Amino acid sequence: MRRFSRSWVVAGVVLLGVLVAYGLSPQMTQAVLAVTLRQAIPLVLGALCGLMGERSGVINIGIEGQMLLAAFLAFMTVVWTDNLWLGVAVGVLVGVVMGLMLAFMAVTLKMDQIIAGTVLNILAIGLTGYYYQIGVSIKGKFTPIAIPVLSKIPLLGPVLFENPPLTYITLILVVVIHFVLFYTPWGLRSRAVGEHPRAADTLGINVFLVRYVNLLIGGALAGLAGAFLTLEAVGTFERLMTNGRGFVALAVMIFGRWNPIPAFLASLLFGFALALQTQLQAMAVVNIPHQFISMLPYILTILVLAGLRGRTRPPAADGIPYEKE
Amino acid sequence: MRRLARSLLGPLLAVLIALLIGAVLLSLSGFDPVQAYLALFDGAFGSTRAWQRTLEKATPLIFAGLAVAFGFRGGLFNIGAQGQLVLGAMTAAIIGFAVSGLPAWAHIGLALLAGALVGALFGAIPGVLKVYTGAHEVITTIMLNYVAVNLTDYLSGGPLKDPAGGGVIARTPPILESAQMPVWGPLPSGFVLSVLLAAVVYVVLNATTYGFEVRMVGQNARAARYAGVRVAWVVVSTMLLSGLMAGLGGAVETLGVVHRFQPGFNVGLGFEGITVALLGRNHPAGVILAALLVGAMKAGSNQMQFAARVPREILDVIMALMLFFVAADYIIRTLLRLREEGEERLVLTTGWGSYE
Repeated sequence: MRRFSRSWVVAGVVLLGVLVAYGLSPQMTQAVLAVTLRQAIPLVLGALCGLMGERSGVINIGIEGQMLLAAFLAFMTVVWTDNLWLGVAVGVLVGVVMGLMLAFMAVTLKMDQIIAGTVLNILAIGLTGYYYQIGVSIKGKFTPIAIPVLSKIPLLGPVLFENPPLTYITLILVVVIHFVLFYTPWGLRSRAVGEHPRAADTLGINVFLVRYVNLLIGGALAGLAGAFLTLEAVGTFERLMTNGRGFVALAVMIFGRWNPIPAFLASLLFGFALALQTQLQAMAVVNIPHQFISMLPYILTILVLAGLRGRTRPPAADGIPYEKE
Repeated sequence: MRRLARSLLGPLLAVLIALLIGAVLLSLSGFDPVQAYLALFDGAFGSTRAWQRTLEKATPLIFAGLAVAFGFRGGLFNIGAQGQLVLGAMTAAIIGFAVSGLPAWAHIGLALLAGALVGALFGAIPGVLKVYTGAHEVITTIMLNYVAVNLTDYLSGGPLKDPAGGGVIARTPPILESAQMPVWGPLPSGFVLSVLLAAVVYVVLNATTYGFEVRMVGQNARAARYAGVRVAWVVVSTMLLSGLMAGLGGAVETLGVVHRFQPGFNVGLGFEGITVALLGRNHPAGVILAALLVGAMKAGSNQMQFAARVPREILDVIMALMLFFVAADYIIRTLLRLREEGEERLVLTTGWGSYE
């Protein structure tokens, strides 16, 4: 009950802040909120990816690599075929393949999961660096689609209902994954496998299969995040362009207590830090060297992780390979 | 002897398989892998100058590899070696150009000490965070890498920027001659220092009570606590020493090779340290061998790019493959019960903040 009321207090303060800012400068408020959402999308997708794995007991530290390789191949697909949706499909597929590799290492080989994820990250950096081409471009990225009527609402309309397609898809996915995790047999099985795999196994649940499938779904989400970066947010590929988002996403996941909807709210907080970074730089409103503004999201991540001592509880079997008896 | 052969077998196989897959990738991209690898070898070992390059490239990798390996032995994954190394390099550069009038030995010594100290303090932060807040070091060290890079970018492009040549390039002024570490024939003095450090790490880990405690915490923190080990202190000091080694590596790179701080010149060294540590199976001698291998690859990459027109990034792919096969090797050996007696298992995944 206490936590519930505290959430309302936080929500109230945020709302008040937005309204005051809107009163002071409607244009800037709208811009900052729009950038916040755009920055939050890859983070919440990454967090959903991490959450799918960890709810069933596998830590995925390779989200960064999954995103990076997917971003690259999604982009190159559009360079070759000029088809944005084919690019998205390839990005998702790349994520799935990387998810399969992680599952093979972590579930079948029972490798240390941190090392397994690190392998994915280093592999992605190597492959994208080797095959990277200077001077290739795509004709255009995804453009915003205004939803009739809703997009006319002041402030909320342009921020929420006038976005490119992958943003809408992500918002829908947050709800879908929440539903799958908490209202379907598969979700129940996943959580059982993440909390007590032995008991789940006794009840006839195939622990390995659940972990494999969830890591593949997670990979697809990270792949979508990669495609979002190149095909919707930036419109080009640069080396190391994920810039730590895969790791920040893990902090988002923890902050959201392994739940999709709180994770989405947490991603907005981090998105806001990233939005401040770009907006403050663009407008040069304050005279702080940009490097210090760039540090914000990373320092925020550390503070969030450090401030959550004892307040979060990961799934009980998180990070432990399952050995069948 | 058989034990030695056995522990070399896995990494060697990993390297061979990685090179083979690399050759396949090269031929798929239309290059001649034999020509590429020959050029690579020639660039790494073909002349005295090539040898010096290889040793120079191996030196920071030994430091970074020892830093990561020492953390691993204590059950900690220091992905932050990169950030600690960069800060060490920057600190050494500052001492190198700003302090004058010292004899060479004192100037070099001071710069090395300062670099190591800053690396140690920066490395200790994730240790303290882990012990007192439960924040997992894998994430905090990565985040601190970004902090370190931004900080050094700011310093070298702002207050410490070299005004020479119109100040176009963001970099610090060059260090004074008295701060440059000597090269003896093909042998850089920094390489000698790194080998000495490896020996010290070996002795500390295997012949001191402290080293025993570190390994005990790495194997099972809970058991170590029951046995009366002050786990919190061991975790913080392990991260501190790990950071010290990485910082020292950065300082040596500045004083021995780069001779100033320039952003981008140290990129990737800390991450390659992870590959080196795992390839060297977290043993100081193994780290030296693995660093020589990776160093040779980096030293020969120019020649390979020049003679065979192969982009050097293929080496990143090959290194990732090495890491994959050497990491998978742990498992294969376990499954086949090939594991030698007394060998320690690598336990890193302790969950998020579940470190009690």
